[in-house]
Amino acid sequence: MTDQSNDTSLPALNEETVAPANVVGHRTGMFGVRGSGDTSGYGGLQRSVEMPTGSEPPFGGWYDEVHSALVEAATAAGLPDAVGSVVLDRGELTFHIRREDLQGLVSLLRDEERLRFEFLSGVSGVHYPEDTGKELHAVYHLLSMTHNRRIRLEVTAPDTDPHIPSVTATYPTADWHERETWDMFGIIFDGHPALTRILMPDDWPGHPQRKDYPLGGIPVEYKGATIPPPDQRRSYN
Amino acid sequence: MATTDPYAPANETSQGRVFTVTGQDWDSLVTGIADEGDDKVVVNMGPQHPSTHGVLRLILELEGETVTEARCGIGYLHTGIEKNMEYRSWTQGVTFATRMDYLSPFYNEMAYCLSVERLLGIEDQIPEQAKIIRVMLMELNRISSHLVAIATGGMEIGALTVMTIGFRERELVLSLFEKITGLRMNHAFIRPGGVAQHLPDGALDDIRDTVALLRKRLPEYAALCNANPIFKARLEGVGHLDLAGCLALGITGPVLRSTGYPWDLRKNQPYSGYDEYDFDVCTWDSMDAYGRFRIRLDEMWESLKIVDQCLARLEGMGAEPVMIADKKIGWPSQLAIGSDGMGNSLEHIKHIMGESMEALIHHFKIVTEGFKVPAGQAYVPIESPRGELAAHVVSDGGTRPFRAHFRDPSFTNLQGTSIMSEGGQVADVIVAIASIDPVMGGVDR
Repeated sequence: MTDQSNDTSLPALNEETVAPANVVGHRTGMFGVRGSGDTSGYGGLQRSVEMPTGSEPPFGGWYDEVHSALVEAATAAGLPDAVGSVVLDRGELTFHIRREDLQGLVSLLRDEERLRFEFLSGVSGVHYPEDTGKELHAVYHLLSMTHNRRIRLEVTAPDTDPHIPSVTATYPTADWHERETWDMFGIIFDGHPALTRILMPDDWPGHPQRKDYPLGGIPVEYKGATIPPPDQRRSYN
Repeated sequence: MATTDPYAPANETSQGRVFTVTGQDWDSLVTGIADEGDDKVVVNMGPQHPSTHGVLRLILELEGETVTEARCGIGYLHTGIEKNMEYRSWTQGVTFATRMDYLSPFYNEMAYCLSVERLLGIEDQIPEQAKIIRVMLMELNRISSHLVAIATGGMEIGALTVMTIGFRERELVLSLFEKITGLRMNHAFIRPGGVAQHLPDGALDDIRDTVALLRKRLPEYAALCNANPIFKARLEGVGHLDLAGCLALGITGPVLRSTGYPWDLRKNQPYSGYDEYDFDVCTWDSMDAYGRFRIRLDEMWESLKIVDQCLARLEGMGAEPVMIADKKIGWPSQLAIGSDGMGNSLEHIKHIMGESMEALIHHFKIVTEGFKVPAGQAYVPIESPRGELAAHVVSDGGTRPFRAHFRDPSFTNLQGTSIMSEGGQVADVIVAIASIDPVMGGVDR
């Protein structure tokens, strides 16, 4: 353990290197409990959830080729605003795409010679309940076997209007993936040939992997003590 | 009606007449259909059926014996693993992930751990020995998984000997897993930062003996099946899917390689040091079930080659760390075999209970709270026996995954059922699905 009590001067932040924060939520306390008479003092902790922020070109390497090819192709196809922020984080390139331009953009991604993302790995939903106005994210992982590259597309929709265009016309493999994302998150993929539940029963109410959907479970008695279900236990957050 | 079943009587619905046949009562169906004057029958097959490769439900529209439409019903094995992982620490997540595709548990663990390690930014800090053990376990796992694929595929077309010898050899590999991890399946052995513990004494010798035995026995499959006219007649030209179809449907693994395209992430996008091993990517160009069978056979030989190289490296190393040196991430405890079986190592208990209060606090904190993972998302794909497997892991900077989604190859590949079996005979549907080798635990998660 090092003694830091004498170190009162924090290193100054270089404001030029600090990008605007991409805050998608807030966490308070330490143990995820409310109103239990927590006297530890940790209940007052506050933390904001900051996802990696957008980057500006040049990114270096092939990232710039893909970025410029995509922006040029989108502009030529009449979708100049399709590509929003671009995030290069941990070696993975993410394009935030305006949802109304998604269909046009994915066909460019697949067919454009410099892009050739002919393979869609899948669609993954993520629910950020505190990311107001864009609570629902659909995340697409694309692979170009021709160029041996991977990129990620992220499209958002608000909870009040959970519609995202389907990409099944370009990538038929999205069929089941979009059905799963509808099933689990309630994102409606417009243009999907048969958007029905896939994992849950047809008459299931709700969308289980949304954050506002409880995990469920019942308290279990173990050696005289009662253990609450996992989502009601005290836990770190 | 010849027989009446009080639990499932024939009945009229808006979609036509419904028959339930359970064996020895086919007459009721045959006579019933004759009355209808309609050749078209919709058959519900599964989810409990010995030939559907697990709890897979098939909805087949037949005209005579020809399948005009084939659809899959899935979800019968959905266990909410992804949701559950959001309520456990990052390390506990491995325990859930390993249970998804129950035939390739090490791959599930590996896919999850690689994504978590990328989020933590510790990809370069994984000890060399841990990487080698990971590769060795995965390649042994590929053999056991392919053996089940071949065994159940054989059973489903009536080749029972293929099944019995397949499970016989798989048992050898599972015994190795039991020796190394303590469990035959659901190991939770690969953890963020490394692997759970060192190989036990004598494990290298056991692995070498098993590899030698497998080398002796694997030719039996080739001798039994490769040129067997009945086997070939059932598999050749069945379940046809070309390269364009594979790419459109997102299909990877042996099905993709049966089109002759040598796409294997171990070669194309190496991870865990795969670029340092000498092996070949197996392909076939027949685009059918027979090609996929031959690819699986060949891949087992390549896996044996990789296991040999792992053994040679491990022998030259001695006991080096198998968990990341960063104490804020690495699991503090060590396991050891005691008189009453596997448990915490007495050395470690002595240290935290008798010698160092700080060590006790550290142990308590990292076991109950776990470690925090910086906010962000990662997707690191690996080549599982069935194709591209990856976990899309999102962190909010806390001690638990904010979201973990598994791109399971079985789920995606199963979409090929329709295109592979429509227009063929109903018996070929079974062969086509067996050649995809879906594992329902992975499909439904």
